[in-house]
Amino acid sequence: MAAPLKWLRRNLVVVAGLLTLAYLIMPNIVVLVFSFNKPRGRFNYAWQEFSLDAWKDPCGVADMCGSLALSLQIAGWATLVATVLGTLIAFALVRYRFRARGAINSLIFLPMAMPEVVMAASLLTLFLNMGAQLGFYTVLIAHIMFCLSFVVVAVKARVMSMDPRLEEAARDLYAGPVQTFLRVTLPIAAPGIAAGAMLAFALSFDDFIITNFNAGSTVTFPMFVWGSAQRGTPVEINVIGTAMFAVAVLVVVAGQLISGRRQRAAAQQP
Amino acid sequence: MSTSTLTEAPPPVPQPQSPEQPVRRTVPTRRRLVPYLLLLPGILWLVVFFALPLVYQASTSVQTGSLEEGFEVTWHFQTYWEALQEYYPQFIRSLLYAGTATVLCLLLGYPLAYLIAFKAGRWRNLLLVLVIAPFFTSFLIRTLAWKTILADGGAVVGALDALHVLDVTNWLGWTEGNRVLATPMAVVTGLTYNFLPFMILPLYTSLERIDGKLHEAAKDLYASPATTFRKVTFPLSMPGVVSGTLLTFIPASGDYVNAELLGSTDTKMVGNVIQSQFLRVLDYPTAAALSFILMAIVLLMVTVYIRRSGTEDLL
Amino acid sequence: MTQKSTGGDVRLSGISKTYGSFTAVHPLDLTVPQGSFFALLGASGCGKTTTLRMIAGLEDPTTGTVFLGDRDVTELPPYKRPVNTVFQSYALFPHLDIYENVAFGLRRRGIKSVKKQVGEMLDLVQLGDFARRKPHQLSGGQQQRVAVARALINHPQVLLLDEPLGALDLKLRRQMQLELKRIQTEVGITFIHVTHDQEEAMTMADTVAVMNAGRVEQLGAPAELYEHPRSTFVANFLGTSNLIEAEVVESGGTGPGAEIAVTAGGGKLRLPAGRSSAGGGSVGSKLLVGVRPEKISLALAEEAGSVPDGRNTVTGRIAASSFIGVSTQYVVDSPVGQGLEVYVQNTEHRDGLAPGADVVLHWNPDHTFGLDAAQDRTAGTEKVEDAT
Repeated sequence: MAAPLKWLRRNLVVVAGLLTLAYLIMPNIVVLVFSFNKPRGRFNYAWQEFSLDAWKDPCGVADMCGSLALSLQIAGWATLVATVLGTLIAFALVRYRFRARGAINSLIFLPMAMPEVVMAASLLTLFLNMGAQLGFYTVLIAHIMFCLSFVVVAVKARVMSMDPRLEEAARDLYAGPVQTFLRVTLPIAAPGIAAGAMLAFALSFDDFIITNFNAGSTVTFPMFVWGSAQRGTPVEINVIGTAMFAVAVLVVVAGQLISGRRQRAAAQQP
Repeated sequence: MSTSTLTEAPPPVPQPQSPEQPVRRTVPTRRRLVPYLLLLPGILWLVVFFALPLVYQASTSVQTGSLEEGFEVTWHFQTYWEALQEYYPQFIRSLLYAGTATVLCLLLGYPLAYLIAFKAGRWRNLLLVLVIAPFFTSFLIRTLAWKTILADGGAVVGALDALHVLDVTNWLGWTEGNRVLATPMAVVTGLTYNFLPFMILPLYTSLERIDGKLHEAAKDLYASPATTFRKVTFPLSMPGVVSGTLLTFIPASGDYVNAELLGSTDTKMVGNVIQSQFLRVLDYPTAAALSFILMAIVLLMVTVYIRRSGTEDLL
Repeated sequence: MTQKSTGGDVRLSGISKTYGSFTAVHPLDLTVPQGSFFALLGASGCGKTTTLRMIAGLEDPTTGTVFLGDRDVTELPPYKRPVNTVFQSYALFPHLDIYENVAFGLRRRGIKSVKKQVGEMLDLVQLGDFARRKPHQLSGGQQQRVAVARALINHPQVLLLDEPLGALDLKLRRQMQLELKRIQTEVGITFIHVTHDQEEAMTMADTVAVMNAGRVEQLGAPAELYEHPRSTFVANFLGTSNLIEAEVVESGGTGPGAEIAVTAGGGKLRLPAGRSSAGGGSVGSKLLVGVRPEKISLALAEEAGSVPDGRNTVTGRIAASSFIGVSTQYVVDSPVGQGLEVYVQNTEHRDGLAPGADVVLHWNPDHTFGLDAAQDRTAGTEKVEDAT
């Protein structure tokens, strides 16, 4: 066997894995590169010439930054409500015995096992039948609904892995029920709750299908992008997409560095 | 309470009952209500905004009438039959595209998950970030980027043409002429791309849990690398495979974004039909019936799949 | 702290716990004197931990009352009881450092200046340098000491220890046993210690209560339990016993020096009437006769004449032997029973004591005990090595 072939065989997994990674990253690179484009027509699909115009005034496009603000607002509220309600459910599921556990588990599982378009359509029939005005509140209601299950799953996993003796130890050490919850249960469950909240925020912020059905004339950021795919895609979209990507990566990397430094510092103590 | 009172003998407290008489104690009612109070708001939300809408949708699907005169429940089950007759190609397409995308996700995602779990070493966290990071850019923007990548006369299409891949895909009916955009292949590429992280993350989680010593044990017991994978690694990663395929297939089967942005009128999926019937044609009964059929098919497939793979406890 | 006020005993009165149809603890009366080191010993599932948790207030008793001194604390929640617990696997708060773990109880009681007390307590358990570490950065033995410090800093009336050494390896366990005993003597607080390890219970405790299936089988000082077991469970669970089924041929009567004579496998054995928990017994009734393996001496059959008069003797054949170092353990098959165990100190080398050899087992009749023959002879033999 030829040497390159032999090498390829031995490193097949690495090569295949990195190719998949390239497939995953490629669109982000395109988005980045095309944020510096100066397209001639209405659509930003073909490279013309380098320009910093879009970066100089990302909000220069009508309504785009408004939709962005709306999306952030909806995602914030949806995250808050879904996290609180989901955390309560997760605690009840792990810590207590009660009737109809099976039915409740199914009710939590089903929204995750259903194509989004089905939930979107059925929610729309509800709103139409009730004569509800489609807009901010219908979108918020829908987002809370589908984020809820994901929060429950994330928090439940954390609470389940928590040693019940920790709470007993707190009660044994003179902490009443409220103190026990605030000083022991909540801090230990916090990573699970945070994970659930982050997931909820990401899901809500980026949601399109359910929003598409229930937004009426309200335009969230994904709705704006969808519309622009029909009318013409401004370069500023790519600026926003790239900025979101960069901020997220920076936050993750900074978090890694801080926790790494803290661990090293702790390890160096006597 | 101060420290000193703890060590001193406390004053005797009057005893309500003599200790000789056994008294059965029961859990106070208030404590028994706690779980229901915790569950109430969230479950109520799901009942009103998830379960109830399904009931409304069921009722809508058997209504007749028009927008002007209003709709009425007439138990017109024929709508289902008519909807299936008219739109079965879109149903088949949805299942076919979603199925293909799921298989592709598994084939592409497994090596990467394996790489991160077992071979990445100190690069592990960086690779994980790179898998998750694309999420932070709106998926619609990233899907639009595929329009550029797969553009006619672009580098990707040129390369596929030069390698005669397009000849094969043309013959299979996946592509047409010198185009990838607006063909089934473009839609499946988009679906695969969109749901790939949902495959990789559960795969990674289940692979990461596998004890490295098992690989050594398998080697020690005369298993070749291929046999080790087939007999040890893959079976142990089954929970990840199952949840990954579900997390890919379910949303892909109802998706209409990729078909709309990357496809043509010949690649419409059932999601596109539901969307246009609901939001443009305003034929609510047909749209509701289609949505119900899709739900039934997906739930049936998921149930059978979970049963057969023997991973009920995933629920 | 060490002065003893009277009436600080822990008193359980008719306390029981049932879960549905399962009774974890049968109505139980128990008094733990103030300042004592008390052990609840039993296999897993015997109700010892449930009893401990009822004292801590973590479990509501189904019936009965818990007294601390003269005070009925049955209805008090755990955070209002002057009792602290060292939990199995320690239950150290993972999000707090060692200092805050130890200070937790003080702070919850509204004590502002905890620095001095925490420092002293960490010094007592020799962890002064580790105050700012997180629990997961400590070894098992260190975590165990933090758990003890976290409980003791509150000066509880009673310290409860739930299998506190279960997660440690053997050597560390021995070391911590001595350490805990030292701390208990130093602070003079009542310790109630739950364990499944009979050696641990006997090493540390002044009084041991042996529990089985939700009941206390026997209660007493370690030596008394060992030398004078009153049930087959205690005889087997604490160390090893040879139990021989026998028939009474001479009922002993009463009074000091009275003896019972029994026959087993054709031979005659004697035991003091006071050492039979089944009473003197009437002639013809059954009795289980027991003797500890290390009380038995071995002689080769041909040297049987050299066995002094007045000793209980049984003939047999060595089935197996294993060299342990300080002793050699023999398994002897005999007409009175198969698999009798004999431990012989390795003080001098003895030729001929090898498997297959015919031997005479002999021991002082005063080391024999008698048990009610109606019991399961094998109760307590299946020891659970590690309940965790």
